[in-house]
Amino acid sequence: MPLLDVRDLSVTFERRGTRPVRAVDGVSFTVEPGQTVGLVGESGCGKSVTSLAIMGLLPRRGNKVTGEVRFEDTDLLTLRPKDLRDWRGRDIGMIFQDPLSSLNPVIPLGVQVAEVLERHQGRTRQAALREARELLDAVGIPDPARRLKEFPHQLSGGMRQRALIAIALACKPRLLIADEPTTALDVTIQAQILTLLKELVDDSGTALVMITHDLGVVAGLCDTVNVLYAGKVVERAYRHDLFAEPRHPYTHGLLQSVPRLDVDRGERLHQIRGSVSDNIPWPEGCAFAPRCDRLVDDCIGETVPLEPTFRGGALRCTNPVPKEVAV
Amino acid sequence: MSDALVEIDDLKVHFPIKSGLLFDRTVGHVYAVDGVSLTIAKGETYGLVGESGCGKSTLGRGLLRLVEPTSGSIKFDGTDVRALAGEKMRQFRRRMQMVFQDPMSSLDPRQSVQSLLVEGLKAHGLHADAPTRLKSTLDAVGLPASALSKYPHEFSGGQRQRIGIARALVLGPELIVADEPVSALDVSIQAQVVNLLGDLQDSLGLTYLVIAHDLAVIRHISDIIGVMYLGALVEEASADQLYSRPLHPYTRALLSAVPIPDPRVEDRRERMLLAGDLPSPANPPSGCRFRTRCPWSQLRCASERPALRVFDDSGQRVACHFAAEILSGKLRPHEVRAELVRPDSPGADAGGELIPTQPDLPTQ
Amino acid sequence: MTRALSDHKRRRIDELIARTSEPGGVSLLRDAGRRLLRNPTAIVGGTIILLFLVIAIFAPLVAPHDPIQRFPELTQKLTVDSIPGATAGHPLGSDPLGRDFASRMIFGARQTLFVGVLATLIGLLIGVLLGALAGAIGGWVDNLLMRLTDVMLALPSLLLAITLVALASRSTQWTVIIAVAIVNVPIFARLLRGSMLAQRESDHVLAARALGVKRRDIVLRHMLPNSLTAVIVQATLTFAVAILDAAALSFLGLGDPDINRAEWGLMLGVDGVRYFEVRPELAYFPALAIILVALGFTLLGESIREALDPKNRR
Repeated sequence: MPLLDVRDLSVTFERRGTRPVRAVDGVSFTVEPGQTVGLVGESGCGKSVTSLAIMGLLPRRGNKVTGEVRFEDTDLLTLRPKDLRDWRGRDIGMIFQDPLSSLNPVIPLGVQVAEVLERHQGRTRQAALREARELLDAVGIPDPARRLKEFPHQLSGGMRQRALIAIALACKPRLLIADEPTTALDVTIQAQILTLLKELVDDSGTALVMITHDLGVVAGLCDTVNVLYAGKVVERAYRHDLFAEPRHPYTHGLLQSVPRLDVDRGERLHQIRGSVSDNIPWPEGCAFAPRCDRLVDDCIGETVPLEPTFRGGALRCTNPVPKEVAV
Repeated sequence: MSDALVEIDDLKVHFPIKSGLLFDRTVGHVYAVDGVSLTIAKGETYGLVGESGCGKSTLGRGLLRLVEPTSGSIKFDGTDVRALAGEKMRQFRRRMQMVFQDPMSSLDPRQSVQSLLVEGLKAHGLHADAPTRLKSTLDAVGLPASALSKYPHEFSGGQRQRIGIARALVLGPELIVADEPVSALDVSIQAQVVNLLGDLQDSLGLTYLVIAHDLAVIRHISDIIGVMYLGALVEEASADQLYSRPLHPYTRALLSAVPIPDPRVEDRRERMLLAGDLPSPANPPSGCRFRTRCPWSQLRCASERPALRVFDDSGQRVACHFAAEILSGKLRPHEVRAELVRPDSPGADAGGELIPTQPDLPTQ
Repeated sequence: MTRALSDHKRRRIDELIARTSEPGGVSLLRDAGRRLLRNPTAIVGGTIILLFLVIAIFAPLVAPHDPIQRFPELTQKLTVDSIPGATAGHPLGSDPLGRDFASRMIFGARQTLFVGVLATLIGLLIGVLLGALAGAIGGWVDNLLMRLTDVMLALPSLLLAITLVALASRSTQWTVIIAVAIVNVPIFARLLRGSMLAQRESDHVLAARALGVKRRDIVLRHMLPNSLTAVIVQATLTFAVAILDAAALSFLGLGDPDINRAEWGLMLGVDGVRYFEVRPELAYFPALAIILVALGFTLLGESIREALDPKNRR
């Protein structure tokens, strides 16, 4: 049985005076215990909204969330906010892009870590602080005993992200959701954090949902990758399959358009025409159609369904890239 | 080798750190750029790469004198740019233009595209043939003529960056300094802008100084690449050479840190992880600035700052005492303990607060 | 198997692309205007102000009588403990001197709006001038001007206005206007200077410098216009405060001593208080009118602020 089973999740922004916008449109995916699943896409594809909806962190006002988010046997969407708070932090941890705004600026770091342990595991402040020191040590923060008394602004961006990871993993959650955890960091610090995440996840058996725009990050980290476009999953595949044989023209184009360090540099990059925000919301058929090079009649009209492929993969395309042409 | 268009010699840009309630007192300096010498050949692309706080953006702005250099010399096509004053400098700007990272914030939201493009022409008395210039420029950057009446907020990120490029291009400059020209854009749009920059260079014979933190992008568009660390160049080489034979330990670390979108490569890769964070540019380490994080550092590195020297016949330059020993494997890496680095002054992030211009953080 | 795209589907896609693309050519200001018109709060505020403006401008046409004329039929009924209420021809009854109260209320709109608007505009003008100087020149000019505004801001605004009015030997309505205007100067000056400083560090000003745009043009075409929006919003909100301040000064007896002048603050402060037990309407109506106008300006100001906020676009 999957640890997390997201079924037909949709999020519609309903604001006064504007037309409703469907930011997430029927997203389904599963996460097995200990598995690492990637949600990849560009800005506006709905990946971050998906993660917020799963955690129940979207404001109730102005956002309509439908579908199911099953965590083991419980549908998180039906829980009362108070009960959901018990799940968050204890069973599901979360890391955000900006560690500074995710940490409370006026509370010492040690207390912030300890509070999670006190709340969810009933530790005393003393015991919790002792454990907090071990946690900070485990995420590679130098001299953790002294860091406990310090405030977030006294740490560098990389160290803050480590502290946030320590908080997220404090209660040994079974699922960790990481939303662009390294986007605000420099590349050498990103490498540190990704390596750390990978080690922690491997050691503790925590399942990880990794949300990112960076295909490189996904390639090294995720078991299964979901590619999102305009609020829909357009392709899902085991990572080796996805990178070796991307079938959706969008995935294919995306992979070809990024310059790579390990191949000889060619003259021109492959480019996808247009841009994500040009024709959204797209009224019928496939939302990628106006940018696609492989248009056929079926792309317009009926909504294109997400069809299962092999090894747990799925594809939403009427005219996919043939296997032999793929990269 | 072709003629040099830009020659920078020992350029320094230091920002004073002010403190005091009623009367400002200088309590220290941020050594944003601390002695950089480089040459950009006509028609070539020089890529400047480094992490946030390394001074690459400040160097670009110092070259254009958008921030005033503290010392050093800048020669542009034989002209001493630092000697130009007032009106002369203003007129000279026509020849060296800039493209910014965030096209949204660098385009005045109140101006239509037409007025954005005409503004530069007016400033240089070129608006007599504005209509033809505008048309050819829009063509060149791939925007329709109907764009003229639109406003920046009505475009997508990629198109906005095209407007930013058009604004620089319309003056017919020889040099374009592009500061993180694609890092604010979506992945699928980055390729469009990278290709556009390449096409424009081919057709107009432009010279570029491209500043970016993304090594893969820099490698793709640059002829020569300079790697910066804490205000100084640590290595310089042709794009292919740098990637096939990185000499400086920092370059190695940077290259190994870049994720590659291919699981087969990623699974086999041995990462060279750097310990700790970038030290504060207000309080750089003695000797070699990279020594606090360098797995090959020796005693000499603490006492003597290595100069950027030509390594061999290939022209590759490196600022490391032990580049040859590291390359040959004679010197073995050792364990590095991470030093805790404080963000400068309260509230400042990686020196960003102290530098009056935008910090060069990668944003997405 | 090659599958091609048929012509009619191709056309359908082009049509959809055309339909989902934005037509464009709408400036931020016009866009903000559109959103303003869709905002019910703005409509309510705007309607209130418009209503009062129309009344103020066309007061001689709207008012049933001359506001300073004493009517025998009213004066005859005035006694120590009664002031006549509504009668035929005088819908709101009489004021303590036998004048038509309704007409005085209507002409009061004229006076009150005149004082409030003029005080705000004068304050705005001087404030913007000083703020722009400080923001554009910087250095010791900036330091000097800002310390000056600090001193002014340190005093409570009404106290400052009272002091200024008291300093003037003879009080006219102009002393009130000038006093209220001066009180508003530092607010506008600081606001403009602050937002001009922010503009100076902004990317698009840097871009203009890189283009080689002249310094004067950068200040006048980039820094100033982009800073003014904040000031305009503030001005709308200041109208409300200015009207209240002017009313307060009149209420305290520091306004124009002319007993014929119909102004809400004066009416509330003098007649309203003196004859409150005899006829409380003399206080209620001016107070209500002041509150309504102030509310109208506040609602409109808040909606303009909201409309101009780029976060609310689309």
